Amino acid sequence: MNGGGLGYGRRKLTGHVMMAGSLVAACIAVALLFWIIGYVFIKGIHGINLDFFTELPTPVGVEGGGLANAIVGSIIVVGMAALMAVPVGVAAAVYLSEYGRGLFASSVRFVADVLAGVPAIVAGIVAYALVVSRMGRFSAFSGSVALAILMLPIIIRSSEEIFKTVPNTLREASLALGIPRWRTVIKVVLRTASGGLVTGIMLAVARVGGEAAPLLFTAFSNSFWSLRPDQPMATLPVQLFNYAISPYDDWHEKAWAAALVLIFMVLMLNIAAKMYAHRRPGR
Amino acid sequence: MTDKLKVEALSAWFGNNPALYDINIAMPEKSVTAIIGPSGCGKSTFVRCLNRLHEEVPGASSRGIVLLDGEDVYSPGVDPVLLRRRMGMIFQKPNPFPTMSIAQNVVAGILLERRMSKSEVEESAEKYLKLAALWDEVKDKLHKPGMSLSGGQQQRLCIARALAVEPEVLLADEPASALDPISTAKVEELFMDLKERYTIIVVTHNMQQAARISDKTAFFLTGKLVEYDATAKIFTNPSRKETEDYVTGRFG
Repeated sequence: MNGGGLGYGRRKLTGHVMMAGSLVAACIAVALLFWIIGYVFIKGIHGINLDFFTELPTPVGVEGGGLANAIVGSIIVVGMAALMAVPVGVAAAVYLSEYGRGLFASSVRFVADVLAGVPAIVAGIVAYALVVSRMGRFSAFSGSVALAILMLPIIIRSSEEIFKTVPNTLREASLALGIPRWRTVIKVVLRTASGGLVTGIMLAVARVGGEAAPLLFTAFSNSFWSLRPDQPMATLPVQLFNYAISPYDDWHEKAWAAALVLIFMVLMLNIAAKMYAHRRPGR
Repeated sequence: MTDKLKVEALSAWFGNNPALYDINIAMPEKSVTAIIGPSGCGKSTFVRCLNRLHEEVPGASSRGIVLLDGEDVYSPGVDPVLLRRRMGMIFQKPNPFPTMSIAQNVVAGILLERRMSKSEVEESAEKYLKLAALWDEVKDKLHKPGMSLSGGQQQRLCIARALAVEPEVLLADEPASALDPISTAKVEELFMDLKERYTIIVVTHNMQQAARISDKTAFFLTGKLVEYDATAKIFTNPSRKETEDYVTGRFG
């Protein structure tokens, strides 16, 4: 076989050039990520101390204080959002993967895709119109509604993909045992897919956990402790935003610290999701 | 011998594509019937029509009568879920539930009807694993994942799982085609034992296997039942030319 010749040499060269190009692109992407994390770490690490996690924010000019209420608030707001979005999203994915056929199912898929592309701030406006304007005040609940709207399409599509990876032979094995379809879905499909399902949910939580825009005019902000869902609640991203646009140096430092904590929390969720995905035996 | 299953004018489709044409056949009780024929001839579709699994495939449909103990399984009053509990099914590729242990796999079908204590689970698992000739190999690791077994063991686990719902008929869709010869021999031996209690229908590509284990053999070709007779007759003196060509390996 004549493997040499001009054609082969050129192909080989083109291959190398393309490979080098994609390698550079990959390096840029990774470098950006590390640059962001590194920069936030350097700027934010000074602001991290025990008070940051246990104390309330202090007024301008008063030293010390922390963002305990915003950290707890973020967990509450995102948690309530997950409570709303996870059952609906997973159930919708079950419908799409196990029952949905034809035009209606593909319309649902299309709508979920469009919803996934809706800007976060629009989700906030919707929650404002639906909840805030009717209740007459900002509330943690309205913020959760906004985040739930953002989570829903992510959960639907990731869960559906996971359900599709469950081999059809398992569904048939179950049906052939005389197990009804609804029970087959719960006992076989959901159980077999649980690893990927939880991973998808964690990634959706991580995705919305850093959102500030939809919370600005829903959950709003709060300088004090509040655990009531019908009252404004501080969250990390909004607090970060408020501190960042302020003219005070010590608030800027707090903003960097908040950014660091936020990145860390999202990172932890991502790592936990990856670990959970690889934890399942036999898959 | 009475007929356990009697099929009359059964046709089946995938969408608009016909898969079975007007099948008429009867299987006697407590016997092994082999279904042979080239790939795509409708063998699998045929057995999947018997336990109404065919209709679970999107777009699939069927028409005709399937009498189980004289009762049409397609009559409106029949719940396919309950029907399937009377007809166990074994698939080509072993398919134990990956999230369940060996013992849980065996009782997966029973757990539907009632809760079971841990000792009940173990008791049932032992009973049906013994019936499936797998007990000695797994008795020390009942709580290990079902997927940890070898392919041949997994298939016998699936047989134990099918037996545990106490079916009357066993449908086996190429149960040994993914197994090595030793595992195949074990599964065949098992069917020979089981036929004293169950009516068994085996789809197979392996004609030696059909000859070894079955009492009657049906030959399918392009969705039609070409010939159905005593196994000895089919393999030594078939009445149809197509059957002879197939069993002598001249096509297919």
